[in-house]
Amino acid sequence: MFSNMIIGRYMPGDSWIHRLDARTKLVLSIAFIFVVFFANNVIGYALAGAFTLLAIMMTGLGVGVFLRGLRPLVLLMLITTLLQLFFVQTGDVLVHWAFIKITTDGVINSVIVFVRFMLIIMFSTILTLTTQPLAVADGMESLLKPFKKFGLPVSELALMLSIALRFVPTLMDEAQSIMNAQRARGVRFNEGSLMARIKSFVPLLIPLFVNAIKRAIELGDAMEARGYRGGDQRTKYRVLTWHTRDTIAIIGFVIFTVALIATRWIM
Amino acid sequence: MTPIISLSHVTYAYPNSDVPALRDLSLTINKGEWVAIIGHNGSGKSTFAKLLNYLLAPDEGEITVNDVVATEENMWTIRDMVGMVFQNPDNQFVGATVADDVAFGMENRGVPRDEMITRVDAALEEVQMMPFADREPARLSGGQKQRVAIASVLALQPKILILDEATAMLDPTGRREMIALVHELKAHMGDDLTVISITHDIDEAASADRVMVINDGELVETGLPAEVFANADQLRRFGLAVPFAEQLKEQLRLRGIEVPNEYLTTEGLVTWLWQSISTK
Repeated sequence: MFSNMIIGRYMPGDSWIHRLDARTKLVLSIAFIFVVFFANNVIGYALAGAFTLLAIMMTGLGVGVFLRGLRPLVLLMLITTLLQLFFVQTGDVLVHWAFIKITTDGVINSVIVFVRFMLIIMFSTILTLTTQPLAVADGMESLLKPFKKFGLPVSELALMLSIALRFVPTLMDEAQSIMNAQRARGVRFNEGSLMARIKSFVPLLIPLFVNAIKRAIELGDAMEARGYRGGDQRTKYRVLTWHTRDTIAIIGFVIFTVALIATRWIM
Repeated sequence: MTPIISLSHVTYAYPNSDVPALRDLSLTINKGEWVAIIGHNGSGKSTFAKLLNYLLAPDEGEITVNDVVATEENMWTIRDMVGMVFQNPDNQFVGATVADDVAFGMENRGVPRDEMITRVDAALEEVQMMPFADREPARLSGGQKQRVAIASVLALQPKILILDEATAMLDPTGRREMIALVHELKAHMGDDLTVISITHDIDEAASADRVMVINDGELVETGLPAEVFANADQLRRFGLAVPFAEQLKEQLRLRGIEVPNEYLTTEGLVTWLWQSISTK
């Protein structure tokens, strides 16, 4: 039940995109969310689509993986699209039935929102599929460093994140064995009404939480025994290195942005 | 022999507990010694380990580690000298990969990166985990994780290695390999490494130079492993397992067969048995 999640799943590979610095990918993924809004006509969206597709092809993972990544978000996308369809009331009326009024602007807007949504999700999926979670954590720490001045405990947050990531498989295994133990005692997961299903997870969650807290206490002892005391005097074993390819990626993205802005005046 | 750890009249009670976990404990451990601490569950032996690393502070009495008195100001000096390996392999693995975990202690001490890299490699080489340097903990066995834990301690170049039931969650093979590893380390480092192993495992305790028995927070017996294990009645009184060879000797004695008084390992007893039969 835990294995069919694609978002946030790292897929090993050795493509050019895989080898990009985590910081580059983080910055570009965030920038893309804003840059997409420059597109205001078909050519603009086609360009953004082509750019996303190019990036996807370069990961060497195949488009299928990315489409599967969209699946858990389909519902969210549909709801947003429908909201646009029903609540945008300007433009020519296409359908008017009882309180439902669908207009041309509504249709256009919902299509735009759908496409934007899809592009943003696909582009962000590139980051998560091609970057190890730990590298993402390192990248975030490095990017957030300037905020240390304002009292943001950046290194502590990064350590917390990396420990959380490190314990994901451990806790998954534990959840699995607790589930098996409860099944052996007759608990039925994934059966009955929604309420019954939610209730059946209580005997899973309670022991899981108790054990997680026990682990946290022991981990705290182990960290202290090895001299952990937080603060800024810590050095880092893992360092991020900036390569020429990162500069090239940034330049490529800037060219794309400029081209996208240019499409606003084409039509 | 120079003492490296000494406790005088140490008492410690956990908060919310009326009964002290350790009571008026006085003992000395010498430099380069391998001491096994045995005792039944709840006897206070893990509390003892935590006091040595200042994870717990004594209520009364004084602890000295390598001439440094364990106080709050000296806490980090003490932790530099005393490395600990705990029972649960998963709950002491901090890093996302083997190499990161070994580096963690050095990161805490602000060791420069170049030196960290050499020391991580050397420590992993020492425990034969070099080929696994980039592995995540989820892809290691319990025994391998414990070897990484030992490497993490070694990278900090401690004077004292405490194994707090470090083999308790391992399978018999993992346990044997771990004891063999500690033997190897002792062979390399000699008197520069003092080992304190807190254990339930008879083989682990039998590897030590000296065995101390803790019962209900008090030190009740100290001696060579052979002396301590040969006294089956006393072991039972303290709620401890009697080694198989000793149980067999007792049974033989009951049947009127004369057996040697000194402690024998299972292999030793087998040798004695066939020799005594063939010389009859």
